[in-house]
Amino acid sequence: MSKVPMKRIFICGLKRDRKQILEFLQMESVVEIDESSEKDEYLKKMDVMPKKLLFDKNSNFAEQALSVLESYAPEETTLLSSLEAETELPRSEYEQRIVHAEEYLAMAKEILALEQRIGEIRDEIPKIENREVMLRSWERLDVPLSYEGTAYTKAFIGTIPGEHSKKDIMDAFLKKDGEDEPEKSGESSVPPVEIDIISSSKEQSCIFLLCLRRDEDIVEAGLKQLGFAYPKNSTSKSVPATEIRELKAKKEGILSDITKLKRQLIAYTDNRKELKFASDYYAMRAEKYRHLQQLPQSESAFFIEGYVPSAYSEELRRRLTEKFSAYVELSDPEEGEDVPVALSNGLFSDPMETVVESYSLPGPGEIDPSRVVSIFYYVFFGIMLSDAGYGILLSLATGYVLLKVKNMKPGMKKMMKLFFYGGLSTIVWGFMFGSFFGNAVNVIAATFFGRPDISLRPLWFEPMSEPMRFLVFAFGLGIVHILTGLGIKLYQCLKAGDIMGAVCDSVLWFMFVGGGIVYLLTMPMVTGMLGLSFTLGSTAASISAAIAIIGAIGVVLTGGRESKNWFKRLLKGAYSAYGITGYLSDILSYSRLLALGLATGVIAQVFNQMGSMLGATWYGALIFIIIFLIGHVLNIGINVLGAYVHTNRLQFVEFFGKFYDGGGRKFEPFSEHTKYFKIKEDN
Amino acid sequence: MEGMGLLFALVGAALAAGMAGIGSAVGVGIAGRAASGVVTEDPNQFSKVLVLQLLPGTQGIYGLLIAFITLTQIGIMGGDSNVSLLEGLLYLAACLPMAFGGLFSAIAQGKCSVSAIGLVAKRPDQFGKAMIFPAMVETYAILSLLISILSIFGVSGLGL
Repeated sequence: MSKVPMKRIFICGLKRDRKQILEFLQMESVVEIDESSEKDEYLKKMDVMPKKLLFDKNSNFAEQALSVLESYAPEETTLLSSLEAETELPRSEYEQRIVHAEEYLAMAKEILALEQRIGEIRDEIPKIENREVMLRSWERLDVPLSYEGTAYTKAFIGTIPGEHSKKDIMDAFLKKDGEDEPEKSGESSVPPVEIDIISSSKEQSCIFLLCLRRDEDIVEAGLKQLGFAYPKNSTSKSVPATEIRELKAKKEGILSDITKLKRQLIAYTDNRKELKFASDYYAMRAEKYRHLQQLPQSESAFFIEGYVPSAYSEELRRRLTEKFSAYVELSDPEEGEDVPVALSNGLFSDPMETVVESYSLPGPGEIDPSRVVSIFYYVFFGIMLSDAGYGILLSLATGYVLLKVKNMKPGMKKMMKLFFYGGLSTIVWGFMFGSFFGNAVNVIAATFFGRPDISLRPLWFEPMSEPMRFLVFAFGLGIVHILTGLGIKLYQCLKAGDIMGAVCDSVLWFMFVGGGIVYLLTMPMVTGMLGLSFTLGSTAASISAAIAIIGAIGVVLTGGRESKNWFKRLLKGAYSAYGITGYLSDILSYSRLLALGLATGVIAQVFNQMGSMLGATWYGALIFIIIFLIGHVLNIGINVLGAYVHTNRLQFVEFFGKFYDGGGRKFEPFSEHTKYFKIKEDN
Repeated sequence: MEGMGLLFALVGAALAAGMAGIGSAVGVGIAGRAASGVVTEDPNQFSKVLVLQLLPGTQGIYGLLIAFITLTQIGIMGGDSNVSLLEGLLYLAACLPMAFGGLFSAIAQGKCSVSAIGLVAKRPDQFGKAMIFPAMVETYAILSLLISILSIFGVSGLGL
């Protein structure tokens, strides 16, 4: 119906033209190149992998540079602009810019180098800070940490764990000497030392100890007992206080370097466009080379095989043969060939392409169901949301975005259109069921104006008071939907010339299900339960029963027709007739139309009622407005989601289950798959 | 014994809203944890996993719906609240499908949503299909809702 017809294209060109031809095809972006061609010993493939990788790398450089810029100076975006597709770039400007691509790349590399440099010098700062903290406890010392003493004296500068006083340290020498040499008198064994506690904390004491050179060994041994340690990296020749000052200056220098480098980096934000261009440009070239890699070539010619939409095929052939010395052959794809699928539907149905695509694209021999789906889709969506106020809001919001953002991503645009049309349908059904922000009209009139008699009358009926009627309506729609699915199955079978399939899988089921339903309507019990005002007569009963029975027997006889064995065939047929329970549950499944439709109205009513509880005072009105706004926004959110999900489900499970398998491959033409710019042809 | 009918009917409404609400809270909760995990890896999937997370939330709404209809029928939301004992018990019974169906289906749907979120994390293009699996579970909550609604309207139509 609306699958785009494809032609197979075969291009043979001279090797010297191959890059130009590829570029031309990339620009046109209507050809999907088929790379599955078999190996041929005369035709070689060229190895351009290193070049492709280089381009990928370059594109990556630009990407990284952009993300660096983004982290230093985020690009301003608005909610609407995030919906926009790539910026358009005229072909002429593109040609001009290509020359500068190398410069842009250099710029990207510079940005990355700056970023790296900032990272490196930033690493210095913690080192400096640690050193500074260490030196702080030595600040009072007026000789350098590396000071070792004079000709006759030896200086020990270092730390001892724990808090110590001068006396503690002296005692340590005493005790130790006393133990080692008990005979000698204690007095003489204590060497003359000068101890200065520079600073002391619970963790450690920083000491300066001076002794005579001849006592060096005794003192050192004593200190070792206490756990004495020299400070780390004590090579500096300056006094700690000076060193601290130097370190501070150094840190400041680094910080100002960083600011300077950052400023340099930020200056590049004006060049975002160039970087984006470089990223796109190299990505495009990489893609070209990826295809070049795959092209079979002989000594002086090369070959391209692929698919092109029929509408463009003749035009493409004309332009290719005019521009280059190339031979182009077009042919219809053969039966059973894996032709890629592109969908094209009118304004009204093209949002359904996303729905169909998210299930699966139509496989070979299947029609594009978008158009049929669209009718049911909007109707179901509207019934499930079923509030005129919500529909108006939804259509206004999406309509505004559609008008405002001209250059929207195609997928997003289809989504917006889907909700726009869904909103329109919701308005219709909302008035049918008399719901406008729930029962807002009635609540406002009753609470604030004392007129409980005013309310929005439903055009058809009110679901809350007649739920059975709604249910019957939902089932009726379901039956129509399912039978339409069976009808499409019939159409597909007939189109494929499969008469047997058409009769067995569709016509017999039509009789079985349709006859069954009509027969049910002849039973007073059923019509009474459903609240229908009519019961069909006995002639209708016998005719419909006969049709249903013929259908059922037919299904039992033919359901297993692929089996040779008669017994097996009957068993399989009986099993497939059991599938009638599937139809029953499918129809019951449409009760979700009632459930979701009622849910919207009831929640809206709850909020309206909550809001009106304080009555007709000024604060009552204020509270009403607040609750009204919050409540209805919440309700719209929940119910739009619900309506979307369950409408999809009804299409995918109940409807597609009857005729549609999918499995088509998406048409992906060789083109400029850019991220930021879309190159526009000059006219 | 005058108010007993009203009491039972109110218990029914409370069970429908409460139990279905608990089920939805559990379901949305477990799905939310999975969704957070996916978003830490790939923040772009936020909107998709959010939709999947919200799917088990509908049972709570259906519970609210049943509770609200019951409250209106028995006149608690204003109006005549004259409910006989038998009528009250019938309302209670009518609320039970939604209470139990909502509770368990929401939890099962939540688990199903977790898997669907995992699917989207690995294959974001398969979102349409991922959405359908949890929606299959919801069918049974809808059937419960249907029976509860029909019963409540049926009871009020009996005129006991």
